[in-house]
Amino acid sequence: MREQVSPRRSPFNSISICRDRPLDTTASYNDKVVRQFTIMVVVWGIVGMLVGVLIAAQLIWPQLNFDLSFLTYSRLRPLHTNAVIFAFGGSALFATSYYVVQRTCHVRLAFDKLAAFTFWGWQVVILLAAITLPLGITQSKEYAELEWPIDLLITVVWVSYAVVFFGTIAKRRIKHIYVANWFYGAFIITVAVLHIFNNLAVPVSLFKSYSIYTGVVDGMMQWWYGHNAVGFFLTAGFLGMMYYFVPKQAGRPVYSYRLSVVHFWSLIAIYMWAGPHHLHYTSLPDWAQTLGMVFSIILLAPSWGGMINGIMTLSGAWHKLRSDPILKFMIVSLSFYGMSTFEGPMMSIKTVNALSHYTDWTIGHVHSGALGWVAMMTIGTLYCLIPRLYNRDSMYSTKLIDVHFWTSTIGVVLYAVALWVAGITQGLMWRAVNDDGTLTYSFVESLKATYPYYGLRLIGGLLFFSGMIIMAYNVWKTVSNNKPVPVAVLDPA
Amino acid sequence: MDIDLVRGVLTAVIFFAFIGIWIWAWSSRRKKDFDASAALPLEDDTHLNNERENI
Repeated sequence: MREQVSPRRSPFNSISICRDRPLDTTASYNDKVVRQFTIMVVVWGIVGMLVGVLIAAQLIWPQLNFDLSFLTYSRLRPLHTNAVIFAFGGSALFATSYYVVQRTCHVRLAFDKLAAFTFWGWQVVILLAAITLPLGITQSKEYAELEWPIDLLITVVWVSYAVVFFGTIAKRRIKHIYVANWFYGAFIITVAVLHIFNNLAVPVSLFKSYSIYTGVVDGMMQWWYGHNAVGFFLTAGFLGMMYYFVPKQAGRPVYSYRLSVVHFWSLIAIYMWAGPHHLHYTSLPDWAQTLGMVFSIILLAPSWGGMINGIMTLSGAWHKLRSDPILKFMIVSLSFYGMSTFEGPMMSIKTVNALSHYTDWTIGHVHSGALGWVAMMTIGTLYCLIPRLYNRDSMYSTKLIDVHFWTSTIGVVLYAVALWVAGITQGLMWRAVNDDGTLTYSFVESLKATYPYYGLRLIGGLLFFSGMIIMAYNVWKTVSNNKPVPVAVLDPA
Repeated sequence: MDIDLVRGVLTAVIFFAFIGIWIWAWSSRRKKDFDASAALPLEDDTHLNNERENI
């Protein structure tokens, strides 16, 4: 087979060559680890969203916990968030970053065995989470619930991920580091720092530890972590995905590479300061709250710069949207990104936050971002990626991608609208006072007013979930009976 | 040195760094490299055995 190697030259001759690193003519990309992570994205997406649908139903019918401790809302909710963020989203970031860094550096992934370890290590972390969280073993820090032994394993896996990713960048054969890699790199480094510092704790037994932070410092650490998990895990990482796969699917280079450079530096510099907006009107000092608010509002600029850069990549090729449901996924995803990065800064304004905080508006906002932006970008990217990984021209059924697109879009819209109305209703009812200063409504009355919207939200969630089932069938038909073929490392000259 | 002076200087340094990034990114000397980089996602895969099956 190897004698048949054809000349592999990049059509772009102006790319600088690192001539001290000659090409091994039998070199191929390491796509095995990409395929493994890619398949697990679909699996964990279904698991995580199924748990989400169950707990959405529990909010309407509390009996659905069947009086079993491990099925209670309080234990399944962290399972849902961990599964969709770290298992579904995390696997998507591992898969695409490994794919992109090889293609844009024209070199095979560094350290095959370490890369394989990151796959198996990450799956073990996910399984341990799926066991410990329903058992109630938790640090009680939102999005950082996992107890210290699992935290240590995450640290080892994550450092290995950094070694593989930056090891590949270090031996690259293209001089310039493509912008997607900058976003992936920032995501990897920042998540390492966030994870280590927020989880510093004193273990008292194998399953219990206490945070080294106390009181308001603990609160500030937690939301420094929490908001940067949004900013770097769910934003920077997925912007890396966007900067490679939107141009790839559109068949056009990114609208403005210059803008992408400014986008990167301004986004990572500003996100780090936005965390305190989670602690408005708490015992956190006022100046820190205001700082968080100001930086959150400034964040609108780089966020929309990135969104415009992504959407305008299609300029001159808008007609492709009519026939290509994969591009529809990507463009609608960017639209949701633009919408939720407008909504977020608005909600961080203290007077708006006084109404929205602790209501379901926040949950609606999170899902505009998580389903609308993160999940739809991931789904579009997977439909673009999977045929390439399995030696096919396209997915088994383009029609089913289109069906998936509409179920997802309608699902997110129903979900977001339901929780806008629910949240604003709750906020207005909670703040309403009578002339004598007593509360107009009891809490239970606001809960009763919320019920219809919980029903609408469940329908939205079910629609989104059913889209994932359609995807699983489409992916299964695409990958079964297809033997992957090694892909040659491109010559930069 | 007064801590507020340090803070002020730091703010100015970061502000000018930001302006510097704009100037760097929009400089015409960058254009060739940037165009080449922007084209990277458009490259197609070549299979090692140079034939596609199951198409």
